[in-house]
Amino acid sequence: MHVVLCVVVLAAAGSAVEPSERLSPPLRTLLAVGPKGAGNRRAAEAWQELARSPAERLPNLLAALDGANPLAANWIRTAIDTVAERQLRRGGKLPAAELEQFVLDRRGAPRARRLAYEWLCRADRSAPRRLLGGMLDDRSREMRRDAVAQLIGDAIQVTELSRPANALPLYRRAFAAARDRDQVELLAGRLRKLGETVDLPRHFGFILGWKLIGPFDNSAERGYGVAYPPERESDPAASYDGKHGKVGWIDYRSKDDYGKVDLNRAIGEEKGVVGYAMTEFYSAERREAEFRVTSFNAVKLWFNSRLVDEHNIYHGGSQMDQYRSRGTLLPGRNTILLKVCQNEQTQSWARVWGFQLRLCDEHGTAVLSTDRPAGPAKTEDR
Amino acid sequence: MKQTAIETILALAALCAFGGGDWRQFRGTDNNSVSGESNLPATFGPGKNVGWKAPLPGRGPASPIVVAGRVLVTCSGEPRQDRLHVLCFDVESGKLRWHRQLWATGHTVHDPFGAVAAPTPASNGKLIFALYSSNDLACFDLEGNLKWFRGLAYDHPTTRNDVGMGSSPLALGDVVIVQLENQGESFAAAINAADGQTRWRIPRDHDGIWSSPTALRGKTPQQDLVLLQGRDRLAAFNPQTGKRVWQYEASCHTIASATTSGDRIYLPANGLHALQYDPAARNARLLWYKQRMRSGNSSPVVHGGRTYTIKSPGILVCGEAATGKVIWQLRLKGPIWATPVLADGRLYVVNHAGLVQVVELGQQGKLVGTSQIDPGILASPAVADGAIYFRSDQNLWKITADKR
Repeated sequence: MHVVLCVVVLAAAGSAVEPSERLSPPLRTLLAVGPKGAGNRRAAEAWQELARSPAERLPNLLAALDGANPLAANWIRTAIDTVAERQLRRGGKLPAAELEQFVLDRRGAPRARRLAYEWLCRADRSAPRRLLGGMLDDRSREMRRDAVAQLIGDAIQVTELSRPANALPLYRRAFAAARDRDQVELLAGRLRKLGETVDLPRHFGFILGWKLIGPFDNSAERGYGVAYPPERESDPAASYDGKHGKVGWIDYRSKDDYGKVDLNRAIGEEKGVVGYAMTEFYSAERREAEFRVTSFNAVKLWFNSRLVDEHNIYHGGSQMDQYRSRGTLLPGRNTILLKVCQNEQTQSWARVWGFQLRLCDEHGTAVLSTDRPAGPAKTEDR
Repeated sequence: MKQTAIETILALAALCAFGGGDWRQFRGTDNNSVSGESNLPATFGPGKNVGWKAPLPGRGPASPIVVAGRVLVTCSGEPRQDRLHVLCFDVESGKLRWHRQLWATGHTVHDPFGAVAAPTPASNGKLIFALYSSNDLACFDLEGNLKWFRGLAYDHPTTRNDVGMGSSPLALGDVVIVQLENQGESFAAAINAADGQTRWRIPRDHDGIWSSPTALRGKTPQQDLVLLQGRDRLAAFNPQTGKRVWQYEASCHTIASATTSGDRIYLPANGLHALQYDPAARNARLLWYKQRMRSGNSSPVVHGGRTYTIKSPGILVCGEAATGKVIWQLRLKGPIWATPVLADGRLYVVNHAGLVQVVELGQQGKLVGTSQIDPGILASPAVADGAIYFRSDQNLWKITADKR
């Protein structure tokens, strides 16, 4: 609780909103809600009080989202929505100038700024055209997405009004800014149509080059908990006793636009097995990064020999960026080891054994190893 | 005349007290997909029998519910489906009364076929309980005031199903019951309707289950039980304590849910199992089992001594509820995910393409109307206040007979 309050106070010090306003008693009550329903009873009363606030207080309520835990953030945002909705229903006006100032202050919490933007758009329909142009690199994923969408719209208009090639600079800018897969795919298609080379794995930060080893035994899914030698030592020259005999590391390079590694093809299709994938990652500096793993199989992820993520789930569904974990890249060499377990389910949809892994920042911007070849990868390399 | 007016008022008051015009949760207030409404149209289309149509800001297999003159629907939006919506419309005008949004605190990975707004919200008549695949559970009153909020995956971070969680909450007595059965931390829980505190929490098998808790009504509310369907058994629990009362072993359907009718339970499990609950013995015994009455993904409907099940690719099977004898079959256009609703002697069946097929029920099933709404329908319709409500990923539709 004290930590949360300190964060809010510090955040308030850098904004136009008075700290005393932001930390009114009902806001403090909402900020104090915690897991397992803690604080809900008091929060319900505080929420009623906040929801009765005049619309002029919206910037103060929005500012309180900075540093709020995810539960508290929902209490506060529903109060904000209630205040703004009531004001518009009564025919009143929202404080558009203050909301716009809030949106443009990039020090604010991305979600709070996005919420302010959405209500601003209800008050001022010219806001998107006026503001989005400067938001291609915004910390708010949704703001960035809308900015990219606007640029795509502009490019389409240019294409219709003049030569398609004139839209190329716009598509390039939009592609560089795009982080959501659907927009990236759309833009990659447009750019390729205009003769551009597009390197999707590089754009997303998918790792293509791996050393693989397997199979080890995973009968009755017991292998998930067994620390086979690749978990105990990092020696690409070593060979070990596998499920059917000696196994050694093999080099593998994914040719997939999304860095998919098909272990059935690389190691051999089999049920009840464990495979490992290992790679080195070089960083120029010490920095935070997200590891985003996607797999239908049970996985464990080690970064610099430390277990950072694990999911003992088989064939339960999958989507790009399914599992997210964080780590600190060290200057120079870092190591990534992934354990991928296949179970013994016999359904046709349970055949898949593989993974994809990318490194990026919290906004989805690729973090690339410094030894990755410069410039776009050639198709035949992928 | 005066006496008649008083009687009418009393009758209406009684109706309101018991939520007679409401459709308060998945498959209706009593989870049986049956409505007493009449004069519903068999066909509709542009300019014909469409009361209103309201655009929705997001997607969702969640059914609409109707509570005290309001239609409530949940949606999820944005590329990661992490923006959660609750919308409340006026039944008469279709006007949006309020709209609340939440940020998902749990996982939103899901099969693209579905959406994070998969579970149907539930209501006890005064409060709305909106659950999402992210395991966020929010409680609002009828005016949109937030009463409590639980991030059940925030509390239990490995509780997730990356196909999507689809089990709908059940409002029963003074609790709301959720069944979060998945390959991670798997559990069922009763949450106090009044304040969002956990009444009880019991572990469940580590398996993906999308079927929903179902009420087995007793003679008094104190005797009500909740049925939880696992992959290998159906079990009845005391909703106040979470104590198991009885269980029945069967290879249960993981999506279609059991349906109750009095003391009978119709369980989809590689066919249809008809069980009879004996409150004195505190157990349930098998009356009959019919493999031919297997369900696709929609739940069985039981009414008037008949059972109605839909098997893939869209074959409606009518059987005798007492014996399991098949009476007739009717081939409809599938695939059908949404559980049909029964009202006014008709079954309203909507397929995934948005084709609404209306079947007149009798000695034979007769298709008496087809109408087209939006494609991609997974949600079961709601029936209340002389209307049937469909929701797609784009719109909420009120279908009602045109006033002459």
